[in-house]
Amino acid sequence: MLNISPIKQAMIWLTVAVGLFLAMPNGFYNKVEAHNDAVAMGVDDTSWPSFLPSGLVNLGLDLRGGAHLLAEVQVTDVYTTVMNGLWPQVRDVLAAERNTIGFVTREDGPEDTLRVRISNPEAGDQAVSLVRGLAQPVASLVGAGQNNIDVSRDGAILTISLSAAEKQAVDDRTMAQSLEIIRRRIDEAGTREPTIQRQGSERILVQVPGVGSAQEVKDLIGKTALLTFQSVVNRTGDPDASPGAGNQLVPSIDEPGTYFILERSPVVTGENLVDAQPAFDQNGRPAVNFRFNASGGRKFGDYTADNIGLPFAIVLDNEVISAPTIQSHISGGSGIITGRFTVEETTSLAILLRAGSLPAELTFLEERTVGPELGQDSIDAGKVACLVAGLLVLLYMALSYGLFGVFANIALIINVGLLFGLLSMIGATLTLPGIAGIVLTIGMAVDANVIVFERIREELRTAKGPARAIELGYEKALSSIIDANITTFITATILFVMGSGPVRGFAITLGLGIITSVFTAIFVTRVLIVMWFARKRPKTIEV
Amino acid sequence: MRLKLVRDNTSIDFFAKARIWLGISLLMMVVALGSFLIQGLNYGIDFQGGTSIRTQSEVVVDVAAYREALVPLELGDVSITEVFDPSFEADQNVAMVRIQAQAGEESVTNETITAVQDALRGVSPNITFPSVESVGPKVSGELIQTAFIAVALAVVAILLYIWMRFEWQFAVGAVLALTHDVALTIGIFSELQIKFDLAIIAALLTIVGYSINDTVIVFDRVRENLRKYKKLPLKDVLNKSINETLSRTLMTSVTTMLALLALFILGGDVIRGFVFAMMWGVLIGTYSSIFVASAALLVLGVKRDWSKPDSTAGNQFSNVDA
Repeated sequence: MLNISPIKQAMIWLTVAVGLFLAMPNGFYNKVEAHNDAVAMGVDDTSWPSFLPSGLVNLGLDLRGGAHLLAEVQVTDVYTTVMNGLWPQVRDVLAAERNTIGFVTREDGPEDTLRVRISNPEAGDQAVSLVRGLAQPVASLVGAGQNNIDVSRDGAILTISLSAAEKQAVDDRTMAQSLEIIRRRIDEAGTREPTIQRQGSERILVQVPGVGSAQEVKDLIGKTALLTFQSVVNRTGDPDASPGAGNQLVPSIDEPGTYFILERSPVVTGENLVDAQPAFDQNGRPAVNFRFNASGGRKFGDYTADNIGLPFAIVLDNEVISAPTIQSHISGGSGIITGRFTVEETTSLAILLRAGSLPAELTFLEERTVGPELGQDSIDAGKVACLVAGLLVLLYMALSYGLFGVFANIALIINVGLLFGLLSMIGATLTLPGIAGIVLTIGMAVDANVIVFERIREELRTAKGPARAIELGYEKALSSIIDANITTFITATILFVMGSGPVRGFAITLGLGIITSVFTAIFVTRVLIVMWFARKRPKTIEV
Repeated sequence: MRLKLVRDNTSIDFFAKARIWLGISLLMMVVALGSFLIQGLNYGIDFQGGTSIRTQSEVVVDVAAYREALVPLELGDVSITEVFDPSFEADQNVAMVRIQAQAGEESVTNETITAVQDALRGVSPNITFPSVESVGPKVSGELIQTAFIAVALAVVAILLYIWMRFEWQFAVGAVLALTHDVALTIGIFSELQIKFDLAIIAALLTIVGYSINDTVIVFDRVRENLRKYKKLPLKDVLNKSINETLSRTLMTSVTTMLALLALFILGGDVIRGFVFAMMWGVLIGTYSSIFVASAALLVLGVKRDWSKPDSTAGNQFSNVDA
């Protein structure tokens, strides 16, 4: 007959209790948030007891305020860098066989290929095999067994390009490096709980709560502190001077109107830096101390030993910061950058150098900023709407189904509690459409109860006694409830997978709302009815 | 005493005027399609690219002055609309400034945004900008594509599920009803030129979910009654099933509508379009589960003898009752 085993009842109430317990911190949002922040900073905070759960529903950017940016990494930029790095090796290996191959010069060509002219085309095959000898296996799982460069020859011109597998590997490295650098730069600025995620093959999503404008974030991450040390060929006052093959013309920061002609391939780049600190030079002017890693230190040491008395240039973001003359062999891999800096400039330069340079340029495809006041307005409006919606539904249910309506109402309140418990447990993010999802859940959650109650009414008409009617009502309504909710759940799942940002927040509340509403309708309301029925044993019931 | 929307034991003949209802549905779909083709949707920046800036100031918004201030910037198509909401304070004057995607830019550059903000500060010195959103044409193109795929996927997934649980005729009926609902929702957005953005796609999918929910409840009862009354003509079975579930259908529609109404009035202007879409969806979703889905079932006909398993029709899941 109409009963549920005590164990089952206990399980149901336990689930409800756990859910509500998990939801509880949200009732003290500001207090718990302050506590969580303190704990995250390593402070031993006792304002919120540690035995209580401290998981909160995260507020999305549209509710809390902050900046959202979607950036595309120009991965092909790196191919050029790789090719520039390869040129000295190619030059050296070919120059060693100068007797047969002749002179070697770099030709201008597409950015991601290296075009090399040799003066003895007859020895072209030998040159090709020499360059092929430089090829190395691709350092990635998918590209295993393939070489990193493709070499082809057309007469006196050798064309060297990256193989497809190497491009893939380079892309992956570029993305990983960009993500890491963006993360470090945003962390240095001390904003809390930023989201930095790779999206698709070439995109990075950055979400920083509490920032006044997307531009601040862009300023923080967009700075390409590309530091290189390059050989100086010449200096000139002519901005249109032709630098010659393999060289480039770079303006000076210190002396306006002065331009340096530099060898395009750097001796050492900022990637070889392991540390940079603001400091002062021997004259007491602000400067930046830096240290290279082992390979960078060796290259720099060799270069300075070979070029004593010649100038070299320290280039930051395509501007020459300074072009000192090499006084002596600099071993040990450390040095100092001097220039006309202020203390603030050296501090920020040191941070930028330490965080490393972005390997490739970023293009921002999407940016959104929401002010915190607008977010707060939305939360306030959402709260009021939820309350009013809840009250209307509660009243309407009570008027329509009397005592059974009250049972459904208790279940509805538990349902909203459970929904918050689940959201906190999985650390979901609540967005403005998410609030709409909750309100929609409030409206639709009673549906399962309505189906059951209507069914009980029908069964009562065929007069089988109240207990049997209730039982049949639940039994026959179950198939409808399951079918109806699975279809809705399918759409919520698709929304979650395909959607992004706020829409995804909506999908989460809708999907979880379906789960909790089915649970409360099938189990909680039923237990309430069974408990009431066992106590009162009514001869007739009115639903 | 109970509040009842529907008397007990109703026996309304829903198909007496089936032609009229189908005619109305067809007419509305034609209007919706016509509106979509002729004036199109008022796409938000999510789908069209561009920048939208929300402004707030203590002085009354002067749209003409705003427009004039922006003319020298030569930004192309600029739209300025004042926003009203009962929840605003007396000195809270809000407007939305929308700038088209600038040629050759993936996302509006900061200079453009700063220039616009400076120009508006010239008109109204205390103006603030509670939100600034820019979407590049590349992303907006992808978003619209994803949105269409999402809606199509949802419809196909539901088609498959209903087919698995019922019979193909039910699935076709359900999908016809869904298409009807989606078409009419897009139609009303086109007709009233309400901003159509990413959130509306979420609303559209919710409508799909809600409408199918309603349809399934009716279909479930149809299946049950088909087994119970083997000799009754299909039309009468359908009528009986709709009548039996009518009370529930209206009850749930009303509770959902009450909740949405609260959100529509009190939830603020930011999500009003979204809530409007859902309210409209509940309305036509309820209508379509009776007048489109069931009518389609009547036209298509169904296998009547559910007691004998038929190896050629349906499949192993069709008799599973959870």
